[in-house]
Amino acid sequence: MTRRTAPCPNCGAVIEFAWADAVQTTCSYCRSVLVRHDLDLEKVGTTASLPLTPSPLQLGTEGRYKGDAFTVIGRLGYEWDRGGWSEWHLRMATGKSGWLSDAQADYEISFLAQTTASPPLADTVKPGTRLLHGPVTFAATSVTRARYTGTEGELPFEYWDKREVVFADFRAPTGAFATLDYSEEPPLLFVGEPVDLDKLDLRNMRPFEGW
Amino acid sequence: MTAPRVHSLNCPNCGAAIQLRGFEYTQTVVCDSCLAVLDAKDPNLTVLQTFNDKVAKARPHIPLGTRGQWKGALWEAIGFQRRTITVDAAPYSWGEYLLFNPYKGFRYLTEYDGHWNDVIALRTVPVESSVGGRPTAMLHGETFRAFQTATAHTDFVLGEFPWQVRVGDRAVAQDFVNPPRMLSSERTDEEVTWSLGEYVTGERIWQAFKLAGSPPAPRGIYANQPSPTAGRASTYWKAFSLFAALVVALLALRMATATDALVFTAAHTFSPGGRDTIAFVTEPFTIAGHASGVEVTTEANVNNSWIVLGMTLINERTGQAIDFGREVSYFQGSDEDGRWSEGSTVDRTRVPAVPAGTWFLRIDADGPTTGPPIDYTISLRRDVPSPLFFGLAMVALLGPAVVMSVRSASFETRRWAESDYAPKSSSSDSDDE
Repeated sequence: MTRRTAPCPNCGAVIEFAWADAVQTTCSYCRSVLVRHDLDLEKVGTTASLPLTPSPLQLGTEGRYKGDAFTVIGRLGYEWDRGGWSEWHLRMATGKSGWLSDAQADYEISFLAQTTASPPLADTVKPGTRLLHGPVTFAATSVTRARYTGTEGELPFEYWDKREVVFADFRAPTGAFATLDYSEEPPLLFVGEPVDLDKLDLRNMRPFEGW
Repeated sequence: MTAPRVHSLNCPNCGAAIQLRGFEYTQTVVCDSCLAVLDAKDPNLTVLQTFNDKVAKARPHIPLGTRGQWKGALWEAIGFQRRTITVDAAPYSWGEYLLFNPYKGFRYLTEYDGHWNDVIALRTVPVESSVGGRPTAMLHGETFRAFQTATAHTDFVLGEFPWQVRVGDRAVAQDFVNPPRMLSSERTDEEVTWSLGEYVTGERIWQAFKLAGSPPAPRGIYANQPSPTAGRASTYWKAFSLFAALVVALLALRMATATDALVFTAAHTFSPGGRDTIAFVTEPFTIAGHASGVEVTTEANVNNSWIVLGMTLINERTGQAIDFGREVSYFQGSDEDGRWSEGSTVDRTRVPAVPAGTWFLRIDADGPTTGPPIDYTISLRRDVPSPLFFGLAMVALLGPAVVMSVRSASFETRRWAESDYAPKSSSSDSDDE
């Protein structure tokens, strides 16, 4: 994969792309949200500085999931009544995008999946609502109204200018997990499982003073 | 070890310094000096709860800020809460320590009466069911049996928590055990959380966190405390069956190879009141082979009569003499309860370790002074197998296994006596108090 660079249309800083297929990135100097059109970057807005996170992950953290190497290249930040959480964008060695969600030191990896024929609607989904995905039956465990707090790094789609987003989390008896992201219509479905950071073979983690 | 990263702030209630050790995870922090519960999400640390009276301050065994190498990582104690349940009007309190490592997240240590558990939050929901009318919970193929359900309320908090904590918080706590592990659920109106605990000794915790002094001695038996005899009873029974098989095999071998040879037999008559009461000696006979037990069988046609035979087995060459006396008596009749009988017309005894050689018997017969003559036969057999010896060996082998089973059962009885599923007898015991 070749590294590509382009100047920030807002401040002129050099934006380096870790991922050829990135659709959106954020200038780390002026916090402009930049969307790619071929080789040009268009400033579509600015993002607030993301609230401090206690996450041990950072942009550039590398790891391995089920034998597949990945690099953390972007992040979406959210906040709700019980604290904040991050969705770390993983660029898998296979070229696929993955998401490592980090909520209060609970970690889950998920991948975008085909939405079922009729996903539950945002205003009717509640704990217990069923969701069929392939052979797996999920049941909703929580519905969260979260506030979007910003982005950093590279994303596989345009994602900015959001305010409140509704998420429904589902679990299956197998331990599998699914999330419906109602920020789009139809909602985006992510399917994955809880993971143990220890098992991800992580390198280049965020240093913590004293630890 | 480098100094922990600490954010310094001041308590808006009393002005004391507040340390934050749990990074941005921390939702609430309790002021160490005035015990006010503060909102850690607010840069000004809004006061969420204060206590005007002097609260009985609990002193955690593990001081907050203590770090220890535990379960393969460095952990720092950042929060403590005391929780209490009430059973039959009696309060039972335990301490919960929150441990933090920025790369590993959170785990907990709980302590009740010197019994400790290492606890992790579960993200897999166990499957609840019931076996024999008792609730169970299953996790990854392991079945846990319901132990106790009670409402726990938080009566003391210290330090930081990654959730909103208040004194007075209530949750319905249910424990399921499969020693040394325990599954616990906590239900509030908002959510159900599950955790998995494993029994650990206070010594291990004192060692890991380098605590001063020694851990308090555990009192009583805890719900998921491993039985000191756990698995040992079955090990003993396995050993028993192995040895028992060996004993049976040896017995079979003995039965098959024993020569059981008749070496001597002679018939005599005792005449009451006659001159035959004097002693006499038999013809010599040969006992061959290795030294072995000799079985002496005495048969007499006694009926409501008796005969006593003083016998001496004498070696013709060495003069070795083995004395033994036998009595054959048989009485019978009938009374208001029907027929009765006592004794037998046959007597058997064993003379141990008789060496090979030529022997004869000296017999001194005594009997009633009146009545019919008594005919008696004395037979000697050598190398006769004795199942009794094997039976005794079996009983001796049985001992340890039985003792272990009894001890194991008694430990389990004491464990479950503390549960919601105590046997009826223990509740009647408490009525006596």
